[in-house]
Amino acid sequence: MTPQQVPVRFTLNGREVTATVAPMRRLTKVLRDDLGLTGTKVGCDAGDCGACTVLLDGEAVCACLVPAARVAGRTVTTVEGLGDAGAADGALNRLQRSFLRHGAAQCGICTPGMLVTATALLARNPSPSEAEVETALGGVLCRCTGYRKIITAVVEAGAEPAAAPAPAAGAAVGSRIDRLDGGPKVLGTDRFGDDGAPAGAVAVRVIRSPHPHATFRIGDTEAFLAARPGLLRVYTAADVPGSNTFGVLPPFADQPVFAEGLVRFRGEAVAMVAGETEAIEALDPADFPVTWAPLPALTDMAAALAEDSAPLHPGRPGNLLVSGLVHKGDPAAALAAAAFTVEGAFETGFVEHAYVEPEAGYAVRTGDRLEIRACTQAPYMDRDDVAAILGLEKEAVRIVATATGGGFGSKLDLSVQPYIALAAWTLGRPARLAYSRPESMMSTTKRHPARMAMRVGADAEGRLLAVTFEGDFNTGAYASWGPTVANRVPVHASGPYVVPHYRAVARAVHTHAPPSGAFRGFGVPQSTIAQESLYDELADAVGMDRLDFRIVNALTAGQPTGTGQVLSAGVGFRECLEALRPRWERARREAAAANAAGGRQRRGVGVAGMWYGCGNTSLPNPSTIKVGLHRDGRLVLFQGAVDIGQGANTVIAQICADALGVDVADLEIVQADTDRTPDAGKTSASRQTFVSGKAAELAGRDLRAAILRQTNAAEDARLDVRGGTVVVLDGGAEHAVDPAALAADGDGFVLMGEGTFDPPTQPLDANGQGVPYATYGYGAHMVELEVDLDLGTVNLLKLTAAHDVGRAINPTLLEGQIEGGAAQGIGLALMEEYLPGRSENLHDYLIPTFGDVPPVESIIVEDADPLGPYGAKGIGEQALIPTAPAILNAIRDATGARIRRVPATPDQVRAAILAAGNEGGGHA
Amino acid sequence: MGYYSPRSLEDALNLAAAPGRRIIAGGTDFYPAQGDRPLTDDVIDITAIDGLRAITADNGAIRIGAAATWTDLVDAPLPPACDGLKMAAREVGGVQIQNAATVAGNLCNASPAADGVPPLLTLDAAVEVAAPGGRRTVPLADFITGNRRTVLAPGEIVTAIVLPAPAAGARGHFVKLGARRHLVISIAMVAVVLEPGAGGTVAAARIAVGACSPVARRLADLEADLAGAALDGGLGARVAEGHLAVLSPIDDIRATAAYRRDAARTLVARCLDACAAEMTEKTA
Repeated sequence: MTPQQVPVRFTLNGREVTATVAPMRRLTKVLRDDLGLTGTKVGCDAGDCGACTVLLDGEAVCACLVPAARVAGRTVTTVEGLGDAGAADGALNRLQRSFLRHGAAQCGICTPGMLVTATALLARNPSPSEAEVETALGGVLCRCTGYRKIITAVVEAGAEPAAAPAPAAGAAVGSRIDRLDGGPKVLGTDRFGDDGAPAGAVAVRVIRSPHPHATFRIGDTEAFLAARPGLLRVYTAADVPGSNTFGVLPPFADQPVFAEGLVRFRGEAVAMVAGETEAIEALDPADFPVTWAPLPALTDMAAALAEDSAPLHPGRPGNLLVSGLVHKGDPAAALAAAAFTVEGAFETGFVEHAYVEPEAGYAVRTGDRLEIRACTQAPYMDRDDVAAILGLEKEAVRIVATATGGGFGSKLDLSVQPYIALAAWTLGRPARLAYSRPESMMSTTKRHPARMAMRVGADAEGRLLAVTFEGDFNTGAYASWGPTVANRVPVHASGPYVVPHYRAVARAVHTHAPPSGAFRGFGVPQSTIAQESLYDELADAVGMDRLDFRIVNALTAGQPTGTGQVLSAGVGFRECLEALRPRWERARREAAAANAAGGRQRRGVGVAGMWYGCGNTSLPNPSTIKVGLHRDGRLVLFQGAVDIGQGANTVIAQICADALGVDVADLEIVQADTDRTPDAGKTSASRQTFVSGKAAELAGRDLRAAILRQTNAAEDARLDVRGGTVVVLDGGAEHAVDPAALAADGDGFVLMGEGTFDPPTQPLDANGQGVPYATYGYGAHMVELEVDLDLGTVNLLKLTAAHDVGRAINPTLLEGQIEGGAAQGIGLALMEEYLPGRSENLHDYLIPTFGDVPPVESIIVEDADPLGPYGAKGIGEQALIPTAPAILNAIRDATGARIRRVPATPDQVRAAILAAGNEGGGHA
Repeated sequence: MGYYSPRSLEDALNLAAAPGRRIIAGGTDFYPAQGDRPLTDDVIDITAIDGLRAITADNGAIRIGAAATWTDLVDAPLPPACDGLKMAAREVGGVQIQNAATVAGNLCNASPAADGVPPLLTLDAAVEVAAPGGRRTVPLADFITGNRRTVLAPGEIVTAIVLPAPAAGARGHFVKLGARRHLVISIAMVAVVLEPGAGGTVAAARIAVGACSPVARRLADLEADLAGAALDGGLGARVAEGHLAVLSPIDDIRATAAYRRDAARTLVARCLDACAAEMTEKTA
């Protein structure tokens, strides 16, 4: 028998190393925790995501499934070893440069696995085709990019990529510069939530409920600890020094750090164990002393809304959390008088965010302060909630956002933070925690399942007259962002169309299920499925072309929305639809020609529109950005808008640099850190480009004015930053501002520009009338696909996405948002449904892979927004919303099958084809 | 826990004689099944055993060593009868899994959705099992006895998968149905091997369906009905509902039982037609 630990000698990135480890220790742990190479990421520990791919004797393998002992005498290459031989540390190889240039890395968490896998492919096949790349990289999941730019980057890696543009001072907006934080992402040196914990940190394991509803009693924890050397302490609700309750919306805060005697969803935390790493790794959570008494669970909304169902929370009778309403005109009468009406009932399921980085971070106590470094979308909200949990002043907590490996809404809520905070605070030692994939999936928020009933009517000419919408949204056990969904959906459920008579109600309903929260679109993707499906059917009833119907009814500037808001400018929806028209006609022709040949594959074309209000719904939503001139001549941008891969670090800098009038390369960026960066709000609601971008523009202008004041230079003077001074070129005159000669603040800054922007909104009245958002983004997607009539499988051929973004600050990053958003829309439409207890991993819960995202053509429409920075507004959520209904409409176009529930998995599509009784297809 | 990496089968069998020890090869099923529990069992890693990774042919009979990976299989020069098996190999997880996971491990794991089982059934595969007392060879159809169950007794180690020499001109094909393109557990899958007879007929057909019963099943009635049929005569159209009566699909998160039965019929027909088309192309 081998001893507990053995020396394993192998060649790692060209160097001989020896790790003394347990033989069956996963190679990922050896690399990351024992040898300190954190470029290899852990996404699932099950071979389902490929993030941990390394080369073992040149072959790609998942390091999470390789026993340490097996690499003895062999060669292992990680992302850290990909650099060109002889190149300096930190130099990018050609593949890495290609990734950066083509925007193939967004959040960067999958990037090391992609690069390593591509390296194995290119070694064998230096000029792979797109199809070869797709197959070879098919074992690595990405949740941000939609894969297309990765394919391009690998296909193009055989040649040196064209140099990135280097726009002159003041010309960064609109330029496809490389993402400014991209170097570390393609080198594998970016530090994510689980990458930076100090050696010797205490490890934490959370004990969670296996039942959706149960009472419980915690047993003899002292005996439990005594029997397990290395464990330090058990924590329960009684050990929380401050508030045991948290929540993203303070009036609705209801989620316990540790449940108190009763759990309301499977995966809810009841206790935690802190200890030395080895002791925690050796712990079987099933041994924790807790006894459960399961109770009947209200696992769906029908049960929760039944009259005799007990409320999950006192004060929320009927399990109703919040109800939102928008009402205008007399929809009942208008529908009764309409020449054409159609109606339908629609359903969606839980959707998991499935970012490749599970929640992770570490906390350090320094005296009377606590610092947390974790992945997050909302540092200031984290700070305030963690302070309340620990019973501290807000200022006693510092949150530093690590690189965040995808968020999509779920990392707005607390996850690991309370647990690492509690351990670090009480034990006085750094504490770390990274969720396992199942833990992440069962305990964090989801997209709300929806049950929706909708009726729409038009006059004889095809003009929309009235829409009614009633939607119930399963908000799970705790409030999270349920109120936001209930308030946002009724504003959006008409789509961006002129609807004179309108009534929309959305209710957030509690069940014994994981909390539903924010997920790219806050309920609007669900309601848009119902709305855009029915508008297609209404167009058919009228006898109009489906795209024409949308163009005729499209909202334009000067016309009122459902809330009575009249936007004076920047409503580019109709232009998006018009941009699709030639493509629509081409696609329809091609589909008809293909279908004329017969066969069991039927082509279809579908279109769907969308709108999405940028920022909070009728609530204050400010961002503040600062930019300073340091006495040593550095220009530092304090950029607190968390970059979760979408590109805020780059976009905010491009805006600020132009406003300031300097080269974007002259800006040094300080990322989100509540001690250093002012509050730029949360990364959600497609607000960062619009709101924080505007604040960055104002900050840039503010600093520019301060610099010009130093020299009394004219407004249009040019700035040139060189060698520690700022040179002001004013006509023929040249003035040098020497920062070293100016008085500095405590941090060494001599001049500071600051900008705050809070988009102007107005409260909604009792009928939901008012100004919920300062601006909206608009778009429309067109999907071309083929459906296998016998199997119900759907093969996407092409997606064309037109989006009015006001102004494209960085078109490459913008396309990345469109492609990635569309990929998530594909998942929503065709394959994703989270079932508690049944799909808590990435092989039973399916997200799109390399082969599931077709080529995407992005059409960027720039109808400048009067308020946005350089006319810009958001894109993050907009890009996801129309994809699913466009797919469903294309399926109906191809087959006549009406899909009323997503995901439209093959069995569901086949059943709908049979129900339509039109196996030959229904292409009009 | 203890870890053993024997170099010889004899050592491995001696080690496996002690109770409670688990055999691993690729590890791709072993680690995920562990969940959040710490590893405590003793493990015998068989991948370092001399010769166990080889894929060899002897008078046409093929032997796939127990440590041979899916990638090894794809790279091995095998006759066209094994094309379906190779097609399945390319659908097992991603490249990362194919480089580590073993063909034999797929059988030992005995998942109803194991991609390797239907094509191996159509190749009349048998599993060679070694025990301290000697070796036995078990037909694959008997080796897997149920969902995650095999005939392996404690102390036994699978040493190889053996395939009888395929008939001259035999060809295999495989189709897999899932809800996404890569990394997908099958909703259903079908493997076919056709042996050509005189005058463009089917001398013998072997057809197996996976993920539609606790263990993948051969469709014996259909095989019998296709014997003697014209290869270019539309084999798929001859598939009737009754031919799939041996299947017992279930409702699960991937699909309904009714859909599985319906889709399996389509897949069998298409797999037969695709295989026959390739054969007639080759001989044309």
